[in-house]
Amino acid sequence: MDGALVRPPGTRAGLSVEGVSVAYPNGHLALRDASFSLQPGTVCGLVGVNGSGKSTLFKAIMGLVRPSAGQVRIGGEKVQAALKRNLVAYVPQAEEVDWSFPVGVRDVVMMGRYGHMNMLRIPRAADRQAVDAALARVGMLDLAERQIGELSGGQRKRVFLARALAQGGELLLLDEPFTGVDVTTEDAIVELLTQLRDEGRIILVSTHNLGSVPTFCDHVVLVNRTVLAAGPTPEVFTGPNLLRAFGGALRQHSLPEQAKAHAPLEAGHVVVLSDDERPLVMAPDGRVLGRLTQDL
Amino acid sequence: MSELLIPFEYDYMLRAMGIAGLVGAVAGLLSCYVVLKGWSLMGDALSHAIVPGVVLAWLGGIPFAIGAFASGMLAALAMAGLRGRTPIREDAVIGVVFTGFFGLGLFLLSLFPSNVRLQTIIFGNVLGIADADIIQMAIIACVVALALGIWGRDLMLSLFDPVQLVAAGGNPGHMRILLLMLLAATAVAGLQAVGAVLVIGMLVTPGATAYLLADRFGRMAAIATFIGASTGLVGAYASYFLDGSTGGSIVALQAAIFVAVLVFAPKHGIRATRRAAAKAVGTPA
Ligand SMILES: Nc1ncnc2c1ncn2[C@@H]1O[C@H](COP(=O)(O)OP(=O)(O)OP(=O)(O)O)[C@@H](O)[C@H]1O
Ligand SMILES: [Mg+2]
Repeated sequence: MDGALVRPPGTRAGLSVEGVSVAYPNGHLALRDASFSLQPGTVCGLVGVNGSGKSTLFKAIMGLVRPSAGQVRIGGEKVQAALKRNLVAYVPQAEEVDWSFPVGVRDVVMMGRYGHMNMLRIPRAADRQAVDAALARVGMLDLAERQIGELSGGQRKRVFLARALAQGGELLLLDEPFTGVDVTTEDAIVELLTQLRDEGRIILVSTHNLGSVPTFCDHVVLVNRTVLAAGPTPEVFTGPNLLRAFGGALRQHSLPEQAKAHAPLEAGHVVVLSDDERPLVMAPDGRVLGRLTQDL
Repeated sequence: MSELLIPFEYDYMLRAMGIAGLVGAVAGLLSCYVVLKGWSLMGDALSHAIVPGVVLAWLGGIPFAIGAFASGMLAALAMAGLRGRTPIREDAVIGVVFTGFFGLGLFLLSLFPSNVRLQTIIFGNVLGIADADIIQMAIIACVVALALGIWGRDLMLSLFDPVQLVAAGGNPGHMRILLLMLLAATAVAGLQAVGAVLVIGMLVTPGATAYLLADRFGRMAAIATFIGASTGLVGAYASYFLDGSTGGSIVALQAAIFVAVLVFAPKHGIRATRRAAAKAVGTPA
């Protein structure tokens, strides 16, 4: 059996980011002294304004940028060692992929298995099975022979999710998986992430859909050039914290009087916070009530 | 009729066709990576930058392939160094370095105008290559093919999605260096078949042609290798009758195939895309 997919409990890999600072070559300090840690079996939302350092944090976790201070530990190991053990899977942003590249859906998912293969990267039966299973899980088995450019936006997302599944990492990184995806696909992705969490993996998702965060994230990390707050969603994902993370960048609407009359809420102002498509609705005391499913 | 068979009666012609086919095949295979990486200009630069190394190696009495390779790597280093340290754009950096190296090479060459072997290597005449040089070319071609056999999939992944290569425990930086080295090595071998000016054709055209014909990397690589091998063979054969530039016939042949494919390719050709567009809007083609 495949070692990466079935790991005995107790050897699961936690993620800890300890005092990480990242400076880019142009001198820009993108992150300062960022710290948080996550236990196995967590879906964690990474939330912050554009340019707050979400992608930079992902890069630091994958060892793509070298922190000028601090360290990242995955399952107690250094990043390089964790990568060698195939512990980290990632789903790229759609804009980063060359969709005209001559590869098929199945080829892309097979790339998730490279780390399990020998140096020549010749797939074995176990690799083919893992690829088929991953494709079936995201419902893309029928389209497995397509060239990747011949897919819709939502299908493209699924292919790369399937690649991460086929790899079977303990830590899954998704950089804005919901941009340009309709509600059905978003719900399907969330459903899949929840299953993966239940299998004991750590899923770190950056997103601008504030309204969706409380519906599927157990933990939240708020970033703005450092980690402002991190912890369980009810404790961290609160009005005051969000205002601190987003400052003026957040669109804030108070509901008009007549809407308030219909709303099943106590007196006071209902606050709708929106960074992107899915606004977040908060009670006057800063409690998160849920999300708007349609525009008023 | 039997006139057409004459080239096959000469040992030197058989050797020339064999080596041109082999080098064509390897260059064709490598051209897929060059095209997908977007490194055509880089390939051109490297193939010109190896020229001074050839002359210096001859002066020093070492195998020319070693000198050529070292000179190519030096140029690659110079380009990388300049790009990181100056605000000049990459294409200008490449242009400056490669013309600098090529100019130096031509200057050195002009100091030894009567050396036939040097002239043959640099301007390419597969019919006139010394046996020792044919062996060097064959070794280089085999080493490049072997390297692609071992690291080809990682190299492909580094072009498509370098971060996934990192996730698989690999190193995209190493793949970049590998591709540079393979480019320089293949340029050295191709130099003698088609000459420094035309070697870039062998390193780009088969891959570009195959890209139009295939939606999968494996098929693209197979087609490009076949185009490279067959045009190398046929080009060397034809140059017996044309009594001249092997390079010209090989690269012109490749260009002719490219144009034919551009027009007639079943899926990505000009005719096919027009027909598909017309069908999509419901008017007869
Ligand atoms: N390669 C780079 N070189 C220099 N600065 C960079 C580089 N990449 C990012 N930055 C800077 O670092 C900061 C953080 O960028 P990052 O991409 O991590 O933001 P982000 O939170 O992912 O934003 P977004 O929501 O827009 O994706 C930004 O100010 C950005 O300009
Ligand atoms: Mg980002």
